[in-house]
Amino acid sequence: MTNVCYRTLQFDEPWTLEAYESVGGYQVLRRIMQEKTPCDQIINELKEASLRGRGGAGFPTGVKWSFMTSASQGAKYVVCNADESEPGTCKDRDILRYNPHQLIEGMIIAGYAMGCTSGYIYIRGEFTEPFARVETALQQAKAAGLVGSNILESGFDFQLETAIGAGAYICGEETALLNSLEGKKGFPRFKPPFPANVGLYGRPTTVNNVETLASVPVILEKGAKWFLELGKPNNGGTKIFSVTGHVNKPGNYEVPLGIPFKELLELAGGVRNGNKLKAVIPGGSSMPVLPAEIIMETDMDYDSLMKAGSMLGTAAVIVMDETTCMVKALECISKFYMEESCGQCTPCREGTGWLHRVIHRIENGQGKPEDLDNLVRVAKNIEGRTICALGEAAAWPVGAFMKHFRDEFAYHIQHKKCLVG
Amino acid sequence: MAETELYKLTETMCGEIDQWIAKFPPERKQSALLASLHIVQKETGWLSTAQLNAVADYLGLAYVTVYEVATFYSMYDLQPVGRHKVHLCNNISCMLNGSEKLSEHVKAKLGVEFGATTTDGKFTLKHAECLAACAGAPAAQIDGVHYENLTPEKIDKILDNLD
Repeated sequence: MTNVCYRTLQFDEPWTLEAYESVGGYQVLRRIMQEKTPCDQIINELKEASLRGRGGAGFPTGVKWSFMTSASQGAKYVVCNADESEPGTCKDRDILRYNPHQLIEGMIIAGYAMGCTSGYIYIRGEFTEPFARVETALQQAKAAGLVGSNILESGFDFQLETAIGAGAYICGEETALLNSLEGKKGFPRFKPPFPANVGLYGRPTTVNNVETLASVPVILEKGAKWFLELGKPNNGGTKIFSVTGHVNKPGNYEVPLGIPFKELLELAGGVRNGNKLKAVIPGGSSMPVLPAEIIMETDMDYDSLMKAGSMLGTAAVIVMDETTCMVKALECISKFYMEESCGQCTPCREGTGWLHRVIHRIENGQGKPEDLDNLVRVAKNIEGRTICALGEAAAWPVGAFMKHFRDEFAYHIQHKKCLVG
Repeated sequence: MAETELYKLTETMCGEIDQWIAKFPPERKQSALLASLHIVQKETGWLSTAQLNAVADYLGLAYVTVYEVATFYSMYDLQPVGRHKVHLCNNISCMLNGSEKLSEHVKAKLGVEFGATTTDGKFTLKHAECLAACAGAPAAQIDGVHYENLTPEKIDKILDNLD
């Protein structure tokens, strides 16, 4: 494994300032503050490194940051999205718990490069322990003069604070997060205007994922070329894969992008009990499922997974063995999106309920033959018709399960029971 | 809501809320709302209308603004709850690792369905949505603390040790 975001993990107390400084922590910030590195140079470095957003969308980080540089004078914000809650995904929680200082350094550098005055780390309300770790780290960083006014005597001011959510998956959507940060319910906003123009309190704002921001100090320390070459062109660096489900060693694996799925599965100890692999959701529960024969031939990076008919998403790799009932799996997934639809857009609010209810009745032996086409139709009627991507998150799994495992659903309807188990 | 009794925030609560207000621009007190509700909810585990109104008054917000937020987020309880909140995750990674069996076990042990409180007022059982503890599935959050790799035996021990 190549540790970028998890580079303090070898210590007993990896979250301390001492642990972080012992691996070179805050050296990049010190250098930037001393040399007054031009902002463009930092942003170009990220572009050359091909760092892409680690929260799910995979948008190039350097490009996103460059939208901010031409923005007007006055307050500008950088916000860290620490609202990790896509089922299957548990990578950011470990960065927050075990290496909070690297996130903080990444945020200060982001603030500097984008000319921001302040930053907020928005942490989901359920993250009691991670919140405490980040808060403690932030106080240490403030006491050390690394955050606040006139950082390291450079003349650069940057205020950084933690903020807290209260239980809502939708707040992982960046504009819903901004509303939540303003103390409102987490309804996503229309885009455009994009946050880079109209964000927090109506000011230019960039929202980045925890892993994205925590990658920044290491990229700037070791260089864009080093990072890019860890991965592959257009898919630079390492990625933390949360491998869960039916594997012998579930866990977070920080490995180069482009690792063949086969190797990742081996790292996670292979399929449990020596069972046969059936299917894998490679990027969090909203991403299209892939059957074993496709995923076993696929590399784990943005472009390869797209080519294979799915997406890297959050890189939460959910492994299902031959004993898995696909109807039950989809029922579980569709329930989540029904529960978490914020209710703002009719197609999602109503459609997610329809999807779940139909899948639920198939699972419970009350399905009708026409349900299969209905599921596909309802999913299609949600997709692309909502303000935010929760609509797609609810629709894509249905489309993919129907595409690859339709027979199993049909069997359920006909025989009123599972094909497996 | 006209019949609501008055509620006064304690000094400790006000002190903690003030710390949150200070994190945001002076004209953006509303940003402290989510945290303020967490702070007040610590007292009894749930938020009464009187408490919501008190928070609204303290932050200078319309009552409806606070109700809107309090009803939107799942961590706020607006009805009385048990002394301990037991939230079991049943999302995909947990489901694949036996969360249903665990749920059945806990329901039988406590003698309540999800969303209900035990008659002795000790436990409120709820579903948690994904807790981002998927590598330690099945997971639960009990009184704000994550527990992972749960088995019926393990959760028995945890629940039995709560007073």
